[in-house]
Amino acid sequence: MAKVSKKKMSKKSVRKRSEVSDKSAAMKSDGVYDDDEEENYLNEAEDNITSEEEQDGGEDERKRQKLLEAISALGGKRKKRLEERSEAAVQMSEFTVNAEGEDDKIDLSDLIGTMEKSPAVPAKTRKQLKNLQQGKRTIERPFSKQESERIQRDVAFQKAAAEVSRWKGIIKQNERAEQLAFPLNQEPSGPKTMERVVTGWMAQTPLEQEVFALLSANKQPINDPILTPVEEASLRAMSLEEAKIRRAELQKVRALQSYYEAKARRERKIKSKKYHKVHNKAQHKEFVKKFEEMVKTDPAAALDELNKMELARMQERMSLKHQNSGKWAKSKAIMAKYDEGARKAMQQQLEVNKELTQKLVTSLNKEVEEEGDEAEVMPDFVNDVEQVLDSSNPWMRGKLSEEKETIVDLKAEEAGAQEEEDDIEVEENEEETLLREFESRRNLRQAQEADTEPVICVADKEENESAAEDLDAAAEEAEELSEFTTLFRGIAHNHLDTEAEQAETAAVANHSDTQLEQGLRRIRTLEDVELLSQEESATEKAPVQPQPPAATENLLSSTDKGGKNKKKKRRIELTEVLTKDTKTIRVPLTPTIEDTEDPDEKLDQRGLIKEAFAGDDVVSDFLRDKRKQEEAGKPKVVDLTLPGWGEWGGTGLNTSRKKRKRFRIKTAPPPPRKDRHLPSVIISEKRNCSISLHQVNLLPFPFENHAQFESTIRSPLGRTWNTERTVKKITKPKVVTQLGAIIEPMDREEVMKNKKRVSAQS
Amino acid sequence: MKVKVLSRNPDDYVRETKLDIQRVPRNYDPKLHPFEVTREYTRALNATKLERVFAKPFLASLDGHRDGVNCMAKHTKSLSTMLSGSCDGEVKVWNLTKHECVRTLQAHEGFVRGMVVRFCGTSFFTVGDDKTIKQWKMETPGYGEEEEPLNTILGKTVFTGLDHHRKDGVFATCGQQVDIWDEQRSSPIRSFTWGVDSFSAVRFNPVETELLGSCASDRSIVLYDMREATPLKKVIMTMRSNTLCWNPMEAYYFTCANEDYNLYTYDMRYLDKPVKVHMDHVSAVLDVDFSPTGKEFVSASFDKTIRIFPKDGGHSREVYHTKRMQHVICVKWSPDNKYILSGSDEMNIRLWKANAAEKLGVLAPREREAANYSQKLKEKFRHHPQIRRIAHHRHLPKSIHHQTKELRIMKEARRRKERNVRKHSKPGTVPVVSEKEKHVITVVQ
Repeated sequence: MAKVSKKKMSKKSVRKRSEVSDKSAAMKSDGVYDDDEEENYLNEAEDNITSEEEQDGGEDERKRQKLLEAISALGGKRKKRLEERSEAAVQMSEFTVNAEGEDDKIDLSDLIGTMEKSPAVPAKTRKQLKNLQQGKRTIERPFSKQESERIQRDVAFQKAAAEVSRWKGIIKQNERAEQLAFPLNQEPSGPKTMERVVTGWMAQTPLEQEVFALLSANKQPINDPILTPVEEASLRAMSLEEAKIRRAELQKVRALQSYYEAKARRERKIKSKKYHKVHNKAQHKEFVKKFEEMVKTDPAAALDELNKMELARMQERMSLKHQNSGKWAKSKAIMAKYDEGARKAMQQQLEVNKELTQKLVTSLNKEVEEEGDEAEVMPDFVNDVEQVLDSSNPWMRGKLSEEKETIVDLKAEEAGAQEEEDDIEVEENEEETLLREFESRRNLRQAQEADTEPVICVADKEENESAAEDLDAAAEEAEELSEFTTLFRGIAHNHLDTEAEQAETAAVANHSDTQLEQGLRRIRTLEDVELLSQEESATEKAPVQPQPPAATENLLSSTDKGGKNKKKKRRIELTEVLTKDTKTIRVPLTPTIEDTEDPDEKLDQRGLIKEAFAGDDVVSDFLRDKRKQEEAGKPKVVDLTLPGWGEWGGTGLNTSRKKRKRFRIKTAPPPPRKDRHLPSVIISEKRNCSISLHQVNLLPFPFENHAQFESTIRSPLGRTWNTERTVKKITKPKVVTQLGAIIEPMDREEVMKNKKRVSAQS
Repeated sequence: MKVKVLSRNPDDYVRETKLDIQRVPRNYDPKLHPFEVTREYTRALNATKLERVFAKPFLASLDGHRDGVNCMAKHTKSLSTMLSGSCDGEVKVWNLTKHECVRTLQAHEGFVRGMVVRFCGTSFFTVGDDKTIKQWKMETPGYGEEEEPLNTILGKTVFTGLDHHRKDGVFATCGQQVDIWDEQRSSPIRSFTWGVDSFSAVRFNPVETELLGSCASDRSIVLYDMREATPLKKVIMTMRSNTLCWNPMEAYYFTCANEDYNLYTYDMRYLDKPVKVHMDHVSAVLDVDFSPTGKEFVSASFDKTIRIFPKDGGHSREVYHTKRMQHVICVKWSPDNKYILSGSDEMNIRLWKANAAEKLGVLAPREREAANYSQKLKEKFRHHPQIRRIAHHRHLPKSIHHQTKELRIMKEARRRKERNVRKHSKPGTVPVVSEKEKHVITVVQ
C-alpha cells in the first residue's frame, strides 16, 4: 500500500513538474525510478501465483484453471489485464516522455514539458503555449449533425438568394419596358461581315482542301482583311465603343457648327427692324453684364472697354442719328397724330438715342473718386439731388456731370409726364407726350449749344412739380443707386430741416428702399389730408388716386389744352369716389352697434343658429331650386319653321299659322317626376339607365382618382385623331415575337450587360 | 386683268400606282372630330365582339398513342418537333406542321414518367417505371437498324421525374431522392435527401442554371443548388404540389401546380408567402408550363380543362376545353410563344393557339396595325361593363360550371363562418389570414 501511495505521489509530482517548468531533472528521474519499482512488485506477485500452480497435479490443475477462467469470465471486468514488460532503461524516449503502464496516457502537459527544455523551440511559441495552458476555457461541443446541416443549408440558401437577386434590375426593367421584342438577343439582320462568313466556311472539295493546306502551311491568315500589327495595335488601343463615342462627339460638333453657321446666315438675312432691335438690345444687355463682371476681374480691360464706349457715345452725340431730326422722323411726326405705329417708332428712336448717349454705371474706383469730388465741389449738383431722388428718372444711373444734368432733368420731366398720363388714362396722352418730347428735345439742343442756365431752371421747375407724385418710382431707382443714395442722403437730410413737405417725401423715399408699398400708402394719406382740408366728409378711407399737383399748370403751351382736360376729369372722379365711399361706410356701422348692445343676452343653440342664418330663407331657396329643376325637365317646343320656305320671304313677314302648327314640334311630356308628392325632396331625373349600362361604375384598380381614369379614356388612339406616327407609337404592342423563332430563356450574359450599362451610366 | 385660277399640283393627290394608298389630308383639330370617345368605344366594342367571334383556339388533335399521354417534351432546337410518352411505355416523336407521328419507340415497360430533350437537340432522355434512365438518339434509325437506346442506366428505385441542365451534360432525376447525374457516369454525382421519401417532379432553373426545384409527397417544395452538398430550403404547404415550373425570363420566380385546385407563384428568396395565388381550376392542377416570354403560363388540370394565366394575375384569362378531352395530364407552351400542346388521358395530344383569336401566319403591315389598334382599344375600354362582359364570357361544360358555382358557395360559407367566429371571439384572437398566407404551413431551413 505504501508503494501505491508512493506511486500516486510520484504522479502528482510529475504533474507539478509540468506546471512549474523550472523543476530539475532529478525529480523526474525519481519519478521514473518509482514507476520501475512498482512494476517489479507486480511481477513478483505473478511469479508467486505460478509457483503455487506448479505444486498441484496435471488434470486437477487444468480443471481448476478452467474453473478459474469461468469465474473470471463471470466477473467480467475483474480480470487482471496482462501488462507489457519493459526495461527501465529502454522506457526513456528521445522526447523524455513516457507513459507509465497501460492505463497511463501521455498528457499534453507531458509533451509541453519537453518543449521547455529544447532550445530549438522559439520563445514566441513557448509563450503561446503557456497562454494556452493557462486558459481554462473548455472547447464547445461540436454541433449535432442536424444542426450543422441546417447551418450549411442556410448559408447555401443565402448564397443562392444573393446570386438570384442580381436579376432584379433586369426583371424590373423588363416589366417597365414599353415593348419587349422576343427572342431577346437577336443577331442583327442584314449582310454578315466577311470574317464571320469565312470562319463558318469549311473546305470541302479536294482543290479547296489543297489550297487550304497550303495556306495553313504558310501560316497565312485566312481572313481576307489582313491587319498589320500596327493596325491591330491601334484597334486594341481604341475599343469600338470608344471610337463610336468619339465619332459621335465629332459628329455633334460638326452638326452644331453647321447649325450655328446656318443660324448666323439666316439672321443676317432677316429684314425685320424690330427683330434686330430686340436682338441688339439683348446683346447689349449681355454686354453690360459681361462688362460688370470684367470690372471685377480685369479692371484694365474694363477701362479699355469703357473708353471705347465713351468714344461711341461721343460719336452718337456728335451725329444726328436717332434724334428724330431726319427726313423720316419729320414725316413720322406728321403722321404721328393719326398713326399709332408711327408714334411708337419715333419713341423707339428716342429710346435708342437715350441708350446710346447714356453712360454706363461702373464701380471703378476712379469714377467713385470723381463723383466724390463732384459732390464736394458742385453746389448746383447738390441742389438737384433731392429732386433726382424724388423723380422717377430711369436715366439717372451714370455719374453725374454738368452736361448730363440737363438731359437727366429733361428725362425726368418726360417720365413724370408719362406717369401723369397713366394715372389719368385719357386718350390723348400719347400724342401729347410725343409733342412734349420734341419740345424738350429742342430745348435740350438749345441748351447744349448755348450752355445757358434758364433752360435748366425750367427743367428744375418741372421736376419740382412732378417730384411729389413720382416718389415710388424714385424709390426703385434709389435702390440701384446705392452709391448715390448714400451720398445724397446726407444732403437730403439737410433739406429736411428747411422744407417740411419735401422732407416728408424724402423720408418716404428712404423708407421705401425696403418696402415699396408702404410709401404709396403714405402718399395717399398725405394727399387725403390735403383733400380733407377741402372737403370734410371725405375721411382717411377715401381711396383716391394720387393726384399730380400743379404739374399741368406749367406745361408748355402746346399741352395746355390737354392739361385742362385732365383737371376736369380728376375733379369729377374725386367726387364720384367720395360719394361712393360715404355710402359704403354707413352700412357696416349699424350691426356693430347692435352687437355691442346685447352681449349679456343668453342665447341658446337654436337661437344662435337662427341668428346666424337669419338672412337666408332656406325653404324658399329650396322651393325655387325645385321649381327650376322641374322647369328644366319639361319638354321644350322645338321650332323648325324656316322663314321663306313655301311662302314669301322678307322683312316684316310672319310665317303662316299653318306652317307654324306644322313645324313646331311638341315633344311628349315626360313621365311624372318621382318627387311630385314630396315637397321637401328633389329627386334628380338626370340619371339615364340606358347610358349607365355602358358606364364604369367603379374606379378600376390601377387608377387612383377619377380624373386619371377619365383622362385615359378621353385621349383617343385612332388615326382619325392622331398623326400616323403617334398612332404607331401609341398602339405599339407590349410583347412582340418573331414568327418561327425559338425564344430561349434569359441568359446569364444579360446580367453582365446590364451591369455594364449601369456602370456606364453612373 | 389678271385672272386667278385655282391650280393644284397633281403630284399631291395622284397615286403613282393603283396599289398606293390614297393620300388623305387630315386636319387633327379636335373641334372637327367630336365624339371621339363614343366612336372609339363603339370600335372597342366591335373589336371585342369580333375577337370572341374569331376565337377558335383548337387547331389539331394528334392521335396514335395507345394509352394516356403521361409526359411530353419540347424539342430545344426545332419548333416543329415534339415528343410524347404514354402510360404504356411508348414514346412518339411528332411533326407538328404535318400533324403526324414520325417515329414510335417502345422506351420502357410501364409508364414513361419523364422525358427531356438534351440542350443540343441531338438526343433525348426518358425515365420509366422500369427503374431505368435511357438516352435516345433524336434521329430515326436507318433502315435495318434496331431502335436502341444510346445509353441505359439502371437505377435502384423508380424514377418519377427528369430534367436536363440547359448548358452542361448534367441531368437531374427524382424518385426517392433527387439525383444529379453526369451523362458520362452511371452513378449520380450527387443525391439530395431531406427526410422525404418520394418526389413527383424536378426542374432546373433555366436562367440560374445551377438551381433546381422539386415537389415532394410530403406537400413540400424543395430547392437545391447543384453545387452545394445540401438542399437550400423547403416550404411545406397545405396540399401536395404536382409540378413546378420556373419562369424562363425571371430568375427567381417559379409557379407550382397544387392539388388544392390552385397554382402558386413563389419568389424563391421569400418562400414564406407566395407572390400570387392563381385560382380558377375546379380540380387538382396536374401540370404547368411557362410561356417562353415569361409573361403567362398554362396549366393542365384534372377537371379536363387547360387554363392560361397571366403571371401576375389571380384569375385565368382563357380556358380551353373540348367535349372529348379528358383529364389533362401534361401541357407545354411552344417555344415560339404561339401554340400550346396538351396531352390527356384519352390518348390524344391537342394543339391549341396561345391567343385564341389571333390570326396565324404573316400579317400584312396594315393588318398588323389594325390588330394592334383594336388590341389597344380593347385594353383601353376593358373596364366598361359591356365590353368586360363580352370579353370575359366563356362557355364552360356544365359540370365545371356547376362545380365553380359550388366552390364559390363553399368559399363564401367558409368566409362567413370565419367572420362570425371572429365577431364572437375576443378581439385579436382570430386574426385575419390572407389568402396567400393560408396555404403555407412552414418554411424549413
